[in-house]
Amino acid sequence: MQIRPRFLFLAALTMMSAAQAAQAAPRDDILAGYAAQAKAADAAFAGFSAARGEALHRDRHSGGKPDSPSCTSCHGENTRAAGRTPVGKAIEPVAVSVAPTRYTDAAKVEKWFRRNCREVLGRECTPREKGDWLAFMTTQ
Amino acid sequence: MTTLIRSIAVGAALFAAGAVMLERARAGSDEFFPPVTDPLTRQECGSCHMAFPPGLLPARSWQKMMGELDNHFGEDASVDAATAKQITTYLVAHAADSTGYGDMRRWLRGVPASAAPQRITELPKWVREHREVSPREWTRKEIASKANCVACHVDGERGYFEDD
Ligand code: HEC
Ligand code: HEC
Ligand code: HEC
Repeated sequence: MQIRPRFLFLAALTMMSAAQAAQAAPRDDILAGYAAQAKAADAAFAGFSAARGEALHRDRHSGGKPDSPSCTSCHGENTRAAGRTPVGKAIEPVAVSVAPTRYTDAAKVEKWFRRNCREVLGRECTPREKGDWLAFMTTQ
Repeated sequence: MTTLIRSIAVGAALFAAGAVMLERARAGSDEFFPPVTDPLTRQECGSCHMAFPPGLLPARSWQKMMGELDNHFGEDASVDAATAKQITTYLVAHAADSTGYGDMRRWLRGVPASAAPQRITELPKWVREHREVSPREWTRKEIASKANCVACHVDGERGYFEDD
Protein backbone atom coordinates (compact mmCIF):
# COMPACT_ATOMS: atom_id res chain seq x y z
CA MET A 1 0.00 0.00 0.00
CA GLN A 2 1.26 3.43 -0.94
CA ILE A 3 0.76 6.07 1.67
CA ARG A 4 0.81 9.50 0.19
CA PRO A 5 3.06 11.76 2.25
CA ARG A 6 0.84 14.66 1.24
CA PHE A 7 -2.12 12.97 2.81
CA LEU A 8 -0.18 12.27 6.01
CA PHE A 9 0.92 15.86 6.13
CA LEU A 10 -2.65 17.09 5.75
CA ALA A 11 -3.87 14.65 8.38
CA ALA A 12 -1.18 15.83 10.80
CA LEU A 13 -2.08 19.41 10.07
CA THR A 14 -5.77 18.79 10.73
CA MET A 15 -4.97 17.00 13.97
CA MET A 16 -2.72 19.82 15.08
CA SER A 17 -5.25 22.51 14.38
CA ALA A 18 -7.94 20.44 16.06
CA ALA A 19 -5.80 20.28 19.19
CA GLN A 20 -5.18 24.00 19.04
CA ALA A 21 -8.86 24.67 18.46
CA ALA A 22 -9.69 22.56 21.51
CA GLN A 23 -7.59 24.95 23.59
CA ALA A 24 -8.75 28.09 21.77
CA ALA A 25 -12.39 27.36 22.63
CA PRO A 26 -12.14 27.71 26.44
CA ARG A 27 -9.86 30.72 25.95
CA ASP A 28 -12.48 32.34 23.69
CA ASP A 29 -15.13 31.63 26.32
CA ILE A 30 -13.04 33.36 28.96
CA LEU A 31 -12.55 36.36 26.68
CA ALA A 32 -16.27 36.44 25.83
CA GLY A 33 -17.05 36.47 29.56
CA TYR A 34 -14.78 39.47 30.13
CA ALA A 35 -16.29 41.21 27.06
CA ALA A 36 -19.80 40.82 28.47
CA GLN A 37 -18.66 42.24 31.82
CA ALA A 38 -16.83 45.12 30.11
CA LYS A 39 -19.92 45.94 28.07
CA ALA A 40 -22.08 45.91 31.19
CA ALA A 41 -19.68 48.32 32.89
CA ASP A 42 -19.46 50.66 29.91
CA ALA A 43 -21.97 50.67 27.06
CA ALA A 44 -19.37 52.34 24.81
CA PHE A 45 -17.03 49.33 25.10
CA ALA A 46 -15.86 48.50 21.56
CA GLY A 47 -13.68 45.43 21.97
CA PHE A 48 -10.35 44.55 23.49
CA SER A 49 -7.05 46.02 22.37
CA ALA A 50 -3.78 44.11 22.32
CA ALA A 51 -1.94 47.45 22.29
CA ARG A 52 -3.58 48.53 25.56
CA GLY A 53 -2.85 45.06 26.93
CA GLU A 54 0.81 45.41 26.03
CA ALA A 55 0.98 48.76 27.82
CA LEU A 56 -0.63 47.25 30.92
CA HIS A 57 1.89 44.43 30.78
CA ARG A 58 5.02 46.52 30.25
CA ASP A 59 4.33 49.81 32.08
CA ARG A 60 5.75 50.47 35.48
CA HIS A 61 2.84 51.16 37.79
CA SER A 62 2.64 52.67 41.23
CA GLY A 63 0.18 51.66 43.90
CA GLY A 64 1.28 48.07 44.22
CA LYS A 65 4.34 46.60 45.86
CA PRO A 66 7.55 48.57 45.20
CA ASP A 67 9.44 45.34 44.38
CA SER A 68 7.02 44.42 41.61
CA PRO A 69 5.97 47.59 39.75
CA SER A 70 5.23 45.74 36.49
CA CYS A 71 3.87 42.46 35.19
CA THR A 72 7.31 42.07 33.66
CA SER A 73 8.86 42.08 37.17
CA CYS A 74 7.96 38.39 37.31
CA HIS A 75 6.92 37.45 33.78
CA GLY A 76 10.01 39.05 32.21
CA GLU A 77 10.45 41.44 29.26
CA ASN A 78 10.18 38.66 26.69
CA THR A 79 6.71 37.10 26.69
CA ARG A 80 8.06 33.97 24.98
CA ALA A 81 10.74 33.34 27.61
CA ALA A 82 10.42 32.02 31.16
CA GLY A 83 9.90 34.46 34.00
CA ARG A 84 10.89 34.23 37.66
CA THR A 85 9.09 34.76 40.97
CA PRO A 86 10.62 36.87 43.78
CA VAL A 87 11.55 33.59 45.51
CA GLY A 88 13.48 32.54 42.40
CA LYS A 89 11.19 29.89 40.92
CA ALA A 90 10.87 29.81 37.14
CA ILE A 91 7.51 30.75 35.55
CA GLU A 92 6.50 29.26 32.18
CA PRO A 93 6.32 31.85 29.36
CA VAL A 94 3.02 33.77 29.06
CA ALA A 95 2.80 34.02 25.23
CA VAL A 96 0.08 31.75 23.85
CA SER A 97 2.29 30.79 20.88
CA VAL A 98 4.74 29.00 23.17
CA ALA A 99 2.32 28.09 25.98
CA PRO A 100 -0.85 26.99 24.16
CA THR A 101 -2.48 25.47 27.24
CA ARG A 102 -2.51 28.76 29.11
CA TYR A 103 -5.68 30.76 29.84
CA THR A 104 -7.97 27.77 29.45
CA ASP A 105 -9.06 27.40 33.09
CA ALA A 106 -11.27 30.35 34.02
CA ALA A 107 -10.84 29.93 37.79
CA LYS A 108 -7.05 29.81 37.47
CA VAL A 109 -6.99 32.90 35.26
CA GLU A 110 -9.22 34.82 37.69
CA LYS A 111 -7.17 33.76 40.70
CA TRP A 112 -3.92 35.03 39.22
CA PHE A 113 -5.40 38.26 37.85
CA ARG A 114 -6.69 38.97 41.34
CA ARG A 115 -3.35 38.24 43.01
CA ASN A 116 -1.10 39.83 40.43
CA CYS A 117 -3.10 42.99 39.74
CA ARG A 118 -3.16 43.70 43.47
CA GLU A 119 0.54 43.01 43.61
CA VAL A 120 1.38 45.36 40.72
CA LEU A 121 -1.42 47.96 40.68
CA GLY A 122 -2.58 47.75 44.28
CA ARG A 123 -6.13 47.00 43.05
CA GLU A 124 -8.00 44.41 41.02
CA CYS A 125 -7.94 44.71 37.24
CA THR A 126 -11.15 45.66 35.42
CA PRO A 127 -12.72 43.18 32.99
CA ARG A 128 -11.52 45.39 30.12
CA GLU A 129 -7.94 45.31 31.39
CA LYS A 130 -8.07 41.53 31.76
CA GLY A 131 -9.41 41.12 28.23
CA ASP A 132 -6.83 43.55 26.81
CA TRP A 133 -4.01 41.66 28.50
CA LEU A 134 -5.28 38.29 27.25
CA ALA A 135 -5.73 39.77 23.77
CA PHE A 136 -2.09 40.86 23.85
CA MET A 137 -0.91 37.41 24.95
CA THR A 138 -2.86 35.67 22.17
CA THR A 139 -0.94 37.80 19.62
CA GLN A 140 2.36 36.82 21.21
CA MET B 1 -0.53 -23.37 43.05
CA THR B 2 -1.99 -21.69 46.09
CA THR B 3 1.34 -22.05 47.91
CA LEU B 4 3.03 -20.30 45.03
CA ILE B 5 0.55 -17.44 45.21
CA ARG B 6 0.90 -17.35 48.96
CA SER B 7 4.67 -17.14 48.83
CA ILE B 8 4.48 -14.41 46.23
CA ALA B 9 2.08 -12.52 48.46
CA VAL B 10 4.31 -12.97 51.48
CA GLY B 11 7.32 -11.82 49.46
CA ALA B 12 5.48 -8.75 48.27
CA ALA B 13 4.35 -7.92 51.79
CA LEU B 14 7.90 -8.25 53.10
CA PHE B 15 9.16 -6.09 50.30
CA ALA B 16 6.54 -3.42 51.02
CA ALA B 17 7.37 -3.50 54.74
CA GLY B 18 11.02 -3.08 53.86
CA ALA B 19 10.23 -0.10 51.66
CA VAL B 20 8.21 1.53 54.46
CA MET B 21 11.06 0.97 56.91
CA LEU B 22 13.52 2.45 54.47
CA GLU B 23 11.27 5.47 54.01
CA ARG B 24 11.03 5.85 57.79
CA ALA B 25 14.77 5.58 58.21
CA ARG B 26 15.38 8.22 55.59
CA ALA B 27 12.64 10.44 56.96
CA GLY B 28 14.25 10.26 60.39
CA SER B 29 17.45 11.85 59.11
CA ASP B 30 17.92 15.55 58.46
CA GLU B 31 18.58 14.89 54.81
CA PHE B 32 15.36 13.45 53.48
CA PHE B 33 11.98 15.14 53.80
CA PRO B 34 9.30 13.31 51.82
CA PRO B 35 8.13 15.64 49.04
CA VAL B 36 4.53 16.78 48.62
CA THR B 37 2.53 14.03 46.91
CA ASP B 38 -0.92 15.64 47.02
CA PRO B 39 -1.53 17.15 43.54
CA LEU B 40 -3.69 19.99 44.87
CA THR B 41 -1.04 21.05 47.40
CA ARG B 42 1.67 20.78 44.76
CA GLN B 43 -0.32 22.99 42.45
CA GLU B 44 -1.44 25.64 44.95
CA CYS B 45 1.71 25.78 47.04
CA GLY B 46 4.27 25.18 44.34
CA SER B 47 3.89 28.04 41.85
CA CYS B 48 5.67 30.86 43.69
CA HIS B 49 8.32 28.68 45.33
CA MET B 50 8.93 24.95 45.60
CA ALA B 51 6.12 23.07 47.34
CA PHE B 52 7.90 22.79 50.70
CA PRO B 53 7.84 19.28 52.20
CA PRO B 54 5.28 19.30 55.05
CA GLY B 55 7.83 17.64 57.37
CA LEU B 56 9.77 20.91 57.53
CA LEU B 57 7.27 22.53 59.94
CA PRO B 58 5.06 21.35 62.84
CA ALA B 59 1.30 20.95 62.37
CA ARG B 60 0.47 24.11 64.34
CA SER B 61 2.59 26.18 61.95
CA TRP B 62 0.73 24.87 58.91
CA GLN B 63 -2.61 25.47 60.62
CA LYS B 64 -1.73 29.09 61.34
CA MET B 65 -0.35 29.69 57.85
CA MET B 66 -3.39 28.20 56.15
CA GLY B 67 -5.64 30.58 58.10
CA GLU B 68 -3.74 33.65 56.89
CA LEU B 69 -3.16 32.98 53.19
CA ASP B 70 -4.56 36.36 52.14
CA ASN B 71 -1.47 37.90 53.71
CA HIS B 72 1.18 35.28 53.10
CA PHE B 73 4.56 36.94 53.66
CA GLY B 74 3.07 40.07 52.09
CA GLU B 75 1.50 38.23 49.16
CA ASP B 76 -2.01 37.05 48.45
CA ALA B 77 -1.90 33.26 48.29
CA SER B 78 -5.56 32.76 49.20
CA VAL B 79 -7.60 29.87 47.83
CA ASP B 80 -11.28 28.96 48.25
CA ALA B 81 -12.40 27.41 51.53
CA ALA B 82 -12.72 23.83 50.24
CA THR B 83 -9.22 23.93 48.72
CA ALA B 84 -7.76 25.40 51.90
CA LYS B 85 -9.37 22.66 53.97
CA GLN B 86 -7.98 19.88 51.80
CA ILE B 87 -4.46 21.34 51.79
CA THR B 88 -4.51 21.90 55.56
CA THR B 89 -5.53 18.30 56.15
CA TYR B 90 -2.67 17.08 53.98
CA LEU B 91 0.00 19.34 55.50
CA VAL B 92 -1.07 18.60 59.09
CA ALA B 93 -1.11 14.84 58.50
CA HIS B 94 2.48 14.94 57.20
CA ALA B 95 3.91 17.62 59.49
CA ALA B 96 7.22 17.22 61.34
CA ASP B 97 5.44 16.31 64.58
CA SER B 98 2.87 14.00 63.02
CA THR B 99 3.35 10.28 63.01
CA GLY B 100 2.55 10.01 59.31
CA TYR B 101 6.18 9.71 58.26
CA GLY B 102 8.93 8.55 60.59
CA ASP B 103 10.07 10.85 63.32
CA MET B 104 11.09 14.30 62.33
CA ARG B 105 10.75 15.87 65.74
CA ARG B 106 14.51 16.27 65.86
CA TRP B 107 14.12 18.85 63.15
CA LEU B 108 12.06 20.92 65.62
CA ARG B 109 14.67 20.99 68.37
CA GLY B 110 14.68 24.39 70.05
CA VAL B 111 11.19 25.36 68.91
CA PRO B 112 8.97 26.14 71.94
CA ALA B 113 5.75 24.11 72.03
CA SER B 114 3.77 27.33 72.22
CA ALA B 115 5.33 28.80 69.06
CA ALA B 116 4.02 28.29 65.53
CA PRO B 117 7.01 29.39 63.45
CA GLN B 118 6.08 30.43 59.92
CA ARG B 119 9.51 30.33 58.40
CA ILE B 120 11.47 27.13 57.88
CA THR B 121 14.49 29.37 57.44
CA GLU B 122 14.15 30.67 61.01
CA LEU B 123 14.01 27.26 62.74
CA PRO B 124 17.04 26.83 65.04
CA LYS B 125 17.98 23.62 63.20
CA TRP B 126 17.80 25.24 59.77
CA VAL B 127 19.91 28.15 60.96
CA ARG B 128 22.47 25.74 62.45
CA GLU B 129 22.69 23.63 59.31
CA HIS B 130 23.32 26.78 57.26
CA ARG B 131 25.67 28.68 59.53
CA GLU B 132 28.63 27.71 57.38
CA VAL B 133 27.08 29.08 54.22
CA SER B 134 28.92 32.32 53.54
CA PRO B 135 26.93 35.57 53.50
CA ARG B 136 28.15 36.15 49.93
CA GLU B 137 26.37 32.99 48.86
CA TRP B 138 22.93 34.28 49.96
CA THR B 139 23.23 37.44 47.91
CA ARG B 140 24.04 35.65 44.65
CA LYS B 141 21.50 36.65 42.03
CA GLU B 142 20.36 33.08 41.23
CA ILE B 143 19.53 32.49 44.88
CA ALA B 144 17.07 35.42 45.26
CA SER B 145 15.88 34.14 48.65
CA LYS B 146 16.80 31.74 51.44
CA ALA B 147 13.48 30.08 50.65
CA ASN B 148 14.81 29.14 47.20
CA CYS B 149 16.03 25.80 48.55
CA VAL B 150 16.37 24.19 45.13
CA ALA B 151 18.93 26.77 44.01
CA CYS B 152 21.40 24.91 46.25
CA HIS B 153 19.69 21.58 46.93
CA VAL B 154 19.31 20.38 43.36
CA ASP B 155 17.36 17.30 44.48
CA GLY B 156 15.15 19.29 46.85
CA GLU B 157 12.04 18.69 44.74
CA ARG B 158 12.57 14.97 45.40
CA GLY B 159 13.03 15.56 49.10
CA TYR B 160 16.82 15.34 49.36
CA PHE B 161 18.59 18.14 51.22
CA GLU B 162 21.96 16.53 51.83
CA ASP B 163 25.18 18.35 51.14
CA ASP B 164 25.28 18.90 47.37
C1 HEC C 1 5.11 38.61 41.95
C2 HEC C 1 5.27 37.91 40.69
C3 HEC C 1 4.21 38.15 39.60
C4 HEC C 1 3.84 39.37 39.06
C5 HEC C 1 4.36 40.76 39.40
C6 HEC C 1 2.85 39.07 38.05
N1 HEC C 1 2.63 37.72 37.98
FE1 HEC C 1 1.24 36.78 36.81
N2 HEC C 1 1.79 34.97 37.62
C7 HEC C 1 2.78 34.79 38.58
C8 HEC C 1 2.84 33.39 38.95
C9 HEC C 1 3.79 32.75 39.97
C10 HEC C 1 1.84 32.73 38.19
C11 HEC C 1 1.45 31.25 38.25
C12 HEC C 1 2.44 30.35 37.64
C13 HEC C 1 2.10 29.98 36.25
O1 HEC C 1 0.94 30.10 35.83
O2 HEC C 1 3.02 29.52 35.57
C14 HEC C 1 1.21 33.77 37.36
C15 HEC C 1 0.16 33.52 36.48
C16 HEC C 1 -0.57 34.49 35.84
C17 HEC C 1 -1.79 34.25 35.09
C18 HEC C 1 -2.48 32.89 34.90
C19 HEC C 1 -1.94 32.15 33.72
C20 HEC C 1 -2.71 30.94 33.32
O3 HEC C 1 -2.06 30.03 32.80
O4 HEC C 1 -3.92 30.86 33.53
C21 HEC C 1 -2.22 35.47 34.63
C22 HEC C 1 -3.49 35.75 33.84
C23 HEC C 1 -1.26 36.47 35.08
N3 HEC C 1 -0.26 35.84 35.81
C24 HEC C 1 -1.36 37.82 34.80
C25 HEC C 1 -0.50 38.79 35.32
C26 HEC C 1 -0.67 40.22 35.09
C27 HEC C 1 -1.77 40.86 34.26
C28 HEC C 1 0.34 40.85 35.77
C29 HEC C 1 0.58 42.35 35.90
C30 HEC C 1 -0.56 43.16 36.31
C31 HEC C 1 1.12 39.80 36.45
N4 HEC C 1 0.60 38.58 36.13
C32 HEC C 1 2.19 40.05 37.29
C33 HEC C 1 3.57 35.76 39.13
C34 HEC C 1 3.46 37.13 38.90
C1 HEC D 1 1.42 34.06 45.38
C2 HEC D 1 2.68 33.41 45.67
C3 HEC D 1 2.70 32.34 46.76
C4 HEC D 1 1.88 31.24 46.88
C5 HEC D 1 0.72 30.83 45.99
C6 HEC D 1 2.33 30.53 48.07
N1 HEC D 1 3.41 31.17 48.62
FE1 HEC D 1 4.46 30.55 50.26
N2 HEC D 1 5.64 32.21 50.10
C7 HEC D 1 5.52 33.21 49.14
C8 HEC D 1 6.49 34.24 49.41
C9 HEC D 1 6.69 35.51 48.59
C10 HEC D 1 7.22 33.83 50.56
C11 HEC D 1 8.37 34.56 51.25
C12 HEC D 1 9.65 34.09 50.63
C13 HEC D 1 10.85 34.91 50.98
O1 HEC D 1 10.94 35.44 52.08
O2 HEC D 1 11.74 35.02 50.13
C14 HEC D 1 6.66 32.55 50.96
C15 HEC D 1 7.13 31.79 52.03
C16 HEC D 1 6.62 30.57 52.43
C17 HEC D 1 7.14 29.79 53.55
C18 HEC D 1 8.33 30.16 54.42
C19 HEC D 1 9.63 29.94 53.70
C20 HEC D 1 10.81 30.31 54.59
O3 HEC D 1 11.34 31.42 54.46
O4 HEC D 1 11.19 29.47 55.42
C21 HEC D 1 6.36 28.67 53.65
C22 HEC D 1 6.53 27.54 54.64
C23 HEC D 1 5.34 28.77 52.60
N3 HEC D 1 5.55 29.93 51.88
C24 HEC D 1 4.34 27.85 52.41
C25 HEC D 1 3.33 27.97 51.44
C26 HEC D 1 2.18 27.10 51.35
C27 HEC D 1 1.87 25.95 52.28
C28 HEC D 1 1.45 27.52 50.27
C29 HEC D 1 0.14 26.95 49.73
C30 HEC D 1 -1.01 27.05 50.60
C31 HEC D 1 2.13 28.69 49.70
N4 HEC D 1 3.25 28.92 50.44
C32 HEC D 1 1.71 29.37 48.57
C33 HEC D 1 4.65 33.21 48.09
C34 HEC D 1 3.65 32.29 47.86
C1 HEC E 1 22.61 29.20 49.43
C2 HEC E 1 22.40 27.79 49.29
C3 HEC E 1 21.33 27.12 50.16
C4 HEC E 1 19.98 27.41 50.23
C5 HEC E 1 19.23 28.49 49.46
C6 HEC E 1 19.40 26.45 51.13
N1 HEC E 1 20.37 25.60 51.60
FE1 HEC E 1 20.09 24.02 52.86
N2 HEC E 1 22.08 23.71 52.94
C7 HEC E 1 23.02 24.39 52.18
C8 HEC E 1 24.35 23.93 52.58
C9 HEC E 1 25.66 24.41 51.99
C10 HEC E 1 24.14 22.98 53.61
C11 HEC E 1 25.23 22.28 54.42
C12 HEC E 1 25.32 20.88 54.10
C13 HEC E 1 26.19 20.18 55.10
O1 HEC E 1 26.92 20.83 55.83
O2 HEC E 1 26.11 18.98 55.13
C14 HEC E 1 22.71 22.84 53.79
C15 HEC E 1 22.11 21.95 54.68
C16 HEC E 1 20.74 21.72 54.76
C17 HEC E 1 20.12 20.66 55.54
C18 HEC E 1 20.83 19.62 56.39
C19 HEC E 1 21.25 18.49 55.50
C20 HEC E 1 22.07 17.42 56.21
O3 HEC E 1 22.96 16.89 55.55
O4 HEC E 1 21.80 17.13 57.37
C21 HEC E 1 18.78 20.75 55.32
C22 HEC E 1 17.69 19.85 55.88
C23 HEC E 1 18.57 21.90 54.45
N3 HEC E 1 19.78 22.44 54.12
C24 HEC E 1 17.32 22.34 54.03
C25 HEC E 1 17.13 23.51 53.31
C26 HEC E 1 15.81 24.04 53.02
C27 HEC E 1 14.50 23.40 53.42
C28 HEC E 1 16.01 25.19 52.30
C29 HEC E 1 14.95 26.17 51.80
C30 HEC E 1 13.98 26.60 52.77
C31 HEC E 1 17.45 25.36 52.14
N4 HEC E 1 18.08 24.32 52.78
C32 HEC E 1 18.06 26.40 51.45
C33 HEC E 1 22.78 25.34 51.25
C34 HEC E 1 21.56 25.98 51.03
